Amino acid sequence: MGYTIAEKIMSAHLGGKAVASGDIIMPGVDMVFGNELGTALAIHGREEILKAGVYDRSRVAVIPDHFTPNRDVPSAELCAEVRRFAGEQGIEHYFEVGRLGIEHIILPEKGLINPGEIVVGADSHTCTGGALGALAIGTGSADFFYAMMAGEIWLRVPETVKVDLTGALPPYVTGKDVILELIGRIGIDGANYRILEFAGEGAGSLSMADRFSICNMAVEAGAKTAIFAPDDVTQAYIKPRAARPYHLYASDPDAVYRDTIHIDLTRLSPRLACPHNPGNVKPAGEVAEQRLAVDQVFIGSCTNGRIEDLRLAAELLRGRKAAPGVRLIIIPGSREVYAAALDEGLIKVFIEAQATVGPPCCGPCIGGHMGVLASGERCVSTTNRNFRGRMGSMESEVYLSGAAVAAASAVAGYIALPEGVM
Amino acid sequence: MGGELRFQGRAFVFEDNIDTDAIFPANWLILTDEKEIASHCMEEIDPDFHRKAKPGDILLAGANFGCGSSREHAPLAIRGCGISCVVAKSFSRLFYRNAVNIGLPVITADTASLAAEGDEVAVDCVTGEISIRKANAAAGAVVKLAGEPLPEFMLEILRSSGLYGYLEKRLKLEGRI
Repeated sequence: MGYTIAEKIMSAHLGGKAVASGDIIMPGVDMVFGNELGTALAIHGREEILKAGVYDRSRVAVIPDHFTPNRDVPSAELCAEVRRFAGEQGIEHYFEVGRLGIEHIILPEKGLINPGEIVVGADSHTCTGGALGALAIGTGSADFFYAMMAGEIWLRVPETVKVDLTGALPPYVTGKDVILELIGRIGIDGANYRILEFAGEGAGSLSMADRFSICNMAVEAGAKTAIFAPDDVTQAYIKPRAARPYHLYASDPDAVYRDTIHIDLTRLSPRLACPHNPGNVKPAGEVAEQRLAVDQVFIGSCTNGRIEDLRLAAELLRGRKAAPGVRLIIIPGSREVYAAALDEGLIKVFIEAQATVGPPCCGPCIGGHMGVLASGERCVSTTNRNFRGRMGSMESEVYLSGAAVAAASAVAGYIALPEGVM
Repeated sequence: MGGELRFQGRAFVFEDNIDTDAIFPANWLILTDEKEIASHCMEEIDPDFHRKAKPGDILLAGANFGCGSSREHAPLAIRGCGISCVVAKSFSRLFYRNAVNIGLPVITADTASLAAEGDEVAVDCVTGEISIRKANAAAGAVVKLAGEPLPEFMLEILRSSGLYGYLEKRLKLEGRI
């Protein structure tokens, strides 16, 4: 009986020992990271244990990105505590404001997540790293702390669901629409405890940006993580970046899957997750017919804050303006993305479209700062969650989309398809 | 509280798909003190929850409890309110592991559809046995059901007061602290 890519990675981290779903294992980890919130909760009051020192300071990254630049005094104090900790422990990959961006965007950029690795992150969207063929597991603070101190993580070996992709995406349809389509089909607990493996000839047609967006939202279906087997697209991305030697794994032809789901990329159209959960997915065209007025549009986040997303937004915003009454907020996901957007003239396009462009951080995605919603307001957002109150008031509404529908909606002033404003 | 990993208390009942933003709003993620964290528990559903919950009470929930974020504040908030154990029809994996990791017992069983707030619930995390004594029924009306017991490794983490305690033991054994 063959292994899936995830099982091969787990087995390799146990010295080649056999693994079977349901086993509880404790493999070594290649990289551990946390943002300021998960890190602070892990280290607070644990000075005694921290005296042991982290297991490998070149394998730990700390990235304050959620409420930074500090939104208020409590978040400033929290960041100060995390900064002191990183300094005392000699953490090599500490990304201060101005050097950083969103954890799930900068770690791949810096080559700190590589194919075949086991990566632990104290943030649910750690699954983003699966786009590179790594087993990237999102955890809370305790697992992060354990992995950071002991270099290992306990895992219950999950079953894998194969998502078989065929065809190629039409214009204005992106990885975001693929993952929304999937969550809409299987529901927000449809992949609970399982790994989603994206495969098939359609997978090879997807850009790294599409793959990152897809893996990013696997957790919204409850998945432990998601993974793409590394191919030429992965290699082209990772080769100039990889901070360490890496291993390429692929699933065996006779690997065992819990289930197989087919998605035909060619026939996919833009999707929207409607209030108030990411599984409430409808074709964007159907929602657009209702001409629902929007108050705010946010383009950014670990889901869609990459240069490809900004290019798509700029294509629709070039020579146009956000409709009166719409607050358009655009946040490049990292310093690298910001610099590329500047070089390509995208920032100028955004400013001329009357957008406000924010510093690389999570922005309004978690209702923390930089665009919190008031009661009765509606937002189209390229983020990953739209639970009640997620981006502000309990009486606000969030529609999740890709960058194209978000930009089109900003121009139209109501939820619109890209074709509606071209 | 009964014997080892056995609990008895009044029930609080929640529906399906209670997400982590509902259990603990993101705005308060800057908190690290368990008592302060607990004061915001469930505040988007019932702002008085942290006052109503008494030490030993048991939280019963429907499917996919704790879906959403990886925030460990969610189980911490529940534990901080005095809740001794959470029983849900199913858990989101992140909430489940975070609960075990902080030493909050969790067990999978469909009790939320059988119980009402105030019912007396007894849970044995080792055997999986659960009983519900209805508060509004004739004395002696008890519903018994079998929950899914926790694997031995998770019980060991719970016995170590969570993964932090488990780590401390390990580092001591290794002579690192």
